[in-house]
Amino acid sequence: MKRYTKDHEWIEDADGILTVGITDHAQEQLGDITFVELPEVGKTVAKGDAFAVVESVKAASDVYAPVAGEVVEVNETLDATPELVNEAPEAAGWFAKIKTASADLSEFMDQAGYDEYLKTIS
Amino acid sequence: MADTANDAPLKRTPLAETHEASGARMVPFAGYSMPLQYAGIIAEHTACREGAGLFDVSHMGQLRLDESEPGAAAAWLERLTPSNINGLKEGAARYSVLTNEAGGVVDDLIITNFGDHMRLVVNGARRDAVAAHFAAHADPKVTVTPIDRALIAIQGPEAEAALAPFVSIDLSALTFMTAAYGEAFGADAMISRCGYTGEDGFEISLPGDVAPAAWTTLCENPKVSPVGLGARDTLRLEAGLCLYGQDLSEEISPVEADIGFIMPRRRREEGGFLGAERILAEAAQGPARKRVGLKIEGRVPARAGAVLQADGRDVGIVTSGGVGPTVGGPIAMGFVEAGHNEIGTELAAIVRGKAVPVTVAPLPFVPSRAKRKT
Repeated sequence: MKRYTKDHEWIEDADGILTVGITDHAQEQLGDITFVELPEVGKTVAKGDAFAVVESVKAASDVYAPVAGEVVEVNETLDATPELVNEAPEAAGWFAKIKTASADLSEFMDQAGYDEYLKTIS
Repeated sequence: MADTANDAPLKRTPLAETHEASGARMVPFAGYSMPLQYAGIIAEHTACREGAGLFDVSHMGQLRLDESEPGAAAAWLERLTPSNINGLKEGAARYSVLTNEAGGVVDDLIITNFGDHMRLVVNGARRDAVAAHFAAHADPKVTVTPIDRALIAIQGPEAEAALAPFVSIDLSALTFMTAAYGEAFGADAMISRCGYTGEDGFEISLPGDVAPAAWTTLCENPKVSPVGLGARDTLRLEAGLCLYGQDLSEEISPVEADIGFIMPRRRREEGGFLGAERILAEAAQGPARKRVGLKIEGRVPARAGAVLQADGRDVGIVTSGGVGPTVGGPIAMGFVEAGHNEIGTELAAIVRGKAVPVTVAPLPFVPSRAKRKT
């Protein structure tokens, strides 16, 4: 099940490997995305680290690691086609996979909770 | 983009409701609630380069100058700008800057001569600063009156064809940097052939109450797309045009900003404008730093504030930067000290702690398509 952070990232857990990306709301706010700076595979990230940067036509925005762990894979296709983040932010536009020892995602929102959260900030 | 942060409620242009109804994302800019984007910055940018872009620039300050004796307004403006205003023909418009005593820039503006009066367009965020500057240098023979009207720009290769059916004047006879009064959308209007995109185009000053119908009518043309502040910024950056608050300021001189073309030979020889001492010295000896274009290697943009280095030493700063959709990559403008600002010089922009290779490049990045006199 997908989980969502207040920083507008989504997380999907598959046996302790967490796929992380930004939400549809986030891509819409950022506008046309022209470049995504992804972390190197093998990098260890702490929770809350700025582990990726999204460059849109408008601005550069940090993406924060929602959990601590090791980056085991990044979405190489974003290098040639960063617009995938605009087109399919919660599928083909994923950012990275983070391997984590303790994948307790209960602090994050589910889809319904995130939808409610979006209403409170709009 | 130069937002003005203050607590006053945001002002609304006569087109604010029209923007909101079309789903534009509105942001505070120059004290106004303004559209940042409609369809998306790249789509709007491209629409302007290939068809026609429609811009609400009603946040900009429009002023009228009247004079109690012929020539008084031109003489006054020659004291406040380094440009040739005495020689500005009737119906001609000129880009210039208001200088301060220190040789910096109070604002950049367009001055249009209509014979018995002149019209000015100043930056929205600089209305108050310009008013204060005019008050401090007032001339009893010249009256400055704000004009409360909408200002719409239409820019791009299809601009003339899109606008022509709705105006009383012959647009094909209006060349770049000329203006005329006439009727537009059934109301009295001032129409200028100028813009801020590097494309051919027009600015139409018209009564606020007809602006929504004018906007909607123009948007019915499939070749016309509304363009927000986001693409306005990428268009002007590709065109190598300065944005006040970033590339121009009260500290930056027009010579440093490399817009010395606004100061013709007579003014260089005679002086007689605010800040002439510094400006003429810089023009004669070359400025210590100069605005240049910067081509950036790779795809990481160097944005305003990024430090520019040569051999590890700070030699400049990026003042405008981003992605140029027509160029197809990151571009920037910045101020670089003498010795490192020749075209072709290789520098490094520091972005998030990393050195990004950049090369000093000629401006504009995209050639101007303004319709000049032939």
